[in-house]
Amino acid sequence: MRDVASINQTGTGIRLPNFCNLGVMLRSLLVTNLFVVTFAVVRAPSLGAVSREMLDMAVFAEPVLIGSLVALCAARRVLQRLPYVAALAIACAIALAIGWLAFAAGRGVVVVDEPTVSFTRAGILTVFVTGCVLAYFDLRSRALEPAVAEARIQALQARIRPHFLYNSINAVLSLIRSEPRRAERALEDLADLFRVLMQENRTLAPISGEVELVRQYLALESLRLGERLHVTWQTQTMPPDALVPPLLLQPLVENAVYHGIEPCPDGGEIVIAVGVAAGILEMTLTNPFPRESRQGAGNRMAIANIRERLQLHFDAEATMRSETKDGMYRVTIRMPYLREQRTQPR
Amino acid sequence: MTLAEPAIPRILIVDDEAPARARLRDLLDECRASFPLAVVDEARTGREALDVLNREKIDVVLLDIRMPDMDGLEAARHMAGMAEPPAIIFTTAFDAYALKAFEVNAIDYLLKPIRMERLLTALRKTGAAPPVSAAALQAAANQPRRHLSVHERGKIHLVPLTDVLYLRAELKYVTVRTVEREYLVEESLTSLETEFAQQFVRIHRNCLVSRMAIAGFERNADEVESGWAVVVKGTGEKLAVSRRQHHVVKQFR
Repeated sequence: MRDVASINQTGTGIRLPNFCNLGVMLRSLLVTNLFVVTFAVVRAPSLGAVSREMLDMAVFAEPVLIGSLVALCAARRVLQRLPYVAALAIACAIALAIGWLAFAAGRGVVVVDEPTVSFTRAGILTVFVTGCVLAYFDLRSRALEPAVAEARIQALQARIRPHFLYNSINAVLSLIRSEPRRAERALEDLADLFRVLMQENRTLAPISGEVELVRQYLALESLRLGERLHVTWQTQTMPPDALVPPLLLQPLVENAVYHGIEPCPDGGEIVIAVGVAAGILEMTLTNPFPRESRQGAGNRMAIANIRERLQLHFDAEATMRSETKDGMYRVTIRMPYLREQRTQPR
Repeated sequence: MTLAEPAIPRILIVDDEAPARARLRDLLDECRASFPLAVVDEARTGREALDVLNREKIDVVLLDIRMPDMDGLEAARHMAGMAEPPAIIFTTAFDAYALKAFEVNAIDYLLKPIRMERLLTALRKTGAAPPVSAAALQAAANQPRRHLSVHERGKIHLVPLTDVLYLRAELKYVTVRTVEREYLVEESLTSLETEFAQQFVRIHRNCLVSRMAIAGFERNADEVESGWAVVVKGTGEKLAVSRRQHHVVKQFR
């Protein structure tokens, strides 16, 4: 039960930017100094006095700005783990604290003719500018997020085990002379599988299509593995119209064959169950887990890939758990039962 | 195979997938026109391949890498210890790790689906090139073997590592002790220690004991060394723990 994990954090939520990033630092410097210029223009009695005003403000603003950036960079791990509002408050508090330090130091060390501003005023301005900088980053990440998410979905789907592809082609080649009809059907299955793999799978699709795809995939695998591969389907309560992210089951079944069936000389059984209860669609996949199986990076990648796609489509409403028990490996996915009218839940 | 003996090469096909074996047979049939050969047998796992080698005289093994029970790499390592090892041609569809390891150690392989021309080239090379060395195979393997191979009267005998109680170096050989009997293998204790570090612990300059075979420790007044001896599970033998390895006693007690 070591392997149990589920989606509960909102990974796609807005986060504070990474202040160690050079681009973020430059943007912060730019925005803050634009404010300094603006304030100087507003405060100066004449245009000629603007530069002096700016200098006065820079003595205070620049140390606070650079000090805050360093502090935020150092604290970024902690900040990025916090909820956005809390992180925002802490970032403002950091800027305010450094502002107070700079103010106190400035009064003690720097010789100023007369204190031009009170700390209260400087503090309010510090929080205001900090807030504006963070709001700018928020807007920017909101504008970029859909593009990032789409790019990731595309990248995640562009993978299939080369092991499967080449072994399948090899199996088809062996059939061409002896059983041309079976070879034809195998190539048709392979073509269908790759059509789905290659197309843009951004929207949800009915589960009946996914089940058909898995059947074609398993037909190809049983060509290679013959008697060693046994599959049991439990789909009595499966609603064929339920919408799921495409290529949700196939990679899991591929894993089950690679890690559960291939290492066993006598093969084994894969059980695939799909059903709906109380508005929740549940999919369970069970396969043998041989002791010597190298449940390595490939499997973790597939699991992480599916988890990420569920999160992109359903956020916290979908869960995925995997466990190893009594020599069996089991993956369970639960997600809301959606039908055609709500194609895009987000 | 020498020039004085123009025997046709005898070939063994090893692959866990029936279609892959059928395909190799078809290809070898085609090769026969320009390169006389005989397909002697087929095997589905590395272990079955070793059984065939014990029965038949085989010159060339076409060996798949990823197989259940015993993979191609382990089988090849057992074959390499034979008095007259067969030439091995590895075949694989795709295995990122194995392919990289093979390139690094200059071990030839054929990618499935295999082309007839490439198979023919590889078969022609087997007559001239020396067989792949055990050291190269060991370097390419990413996991320890699950058996030790003992070569007696031209036969390969597999000893599962789980049965091994201890390994003791004597002069040229290493004695492998199981509950039933002892075997001799021609390997170095140091390389065995490296490969099976998870299972064995060194208790003496010349002795590795399986962690599972330690029944307990006994004070041994006769021993000059550390004064302790390991009591071996199953046989009750006592093996001296050297002064340098005395920390092992503390670790286990």
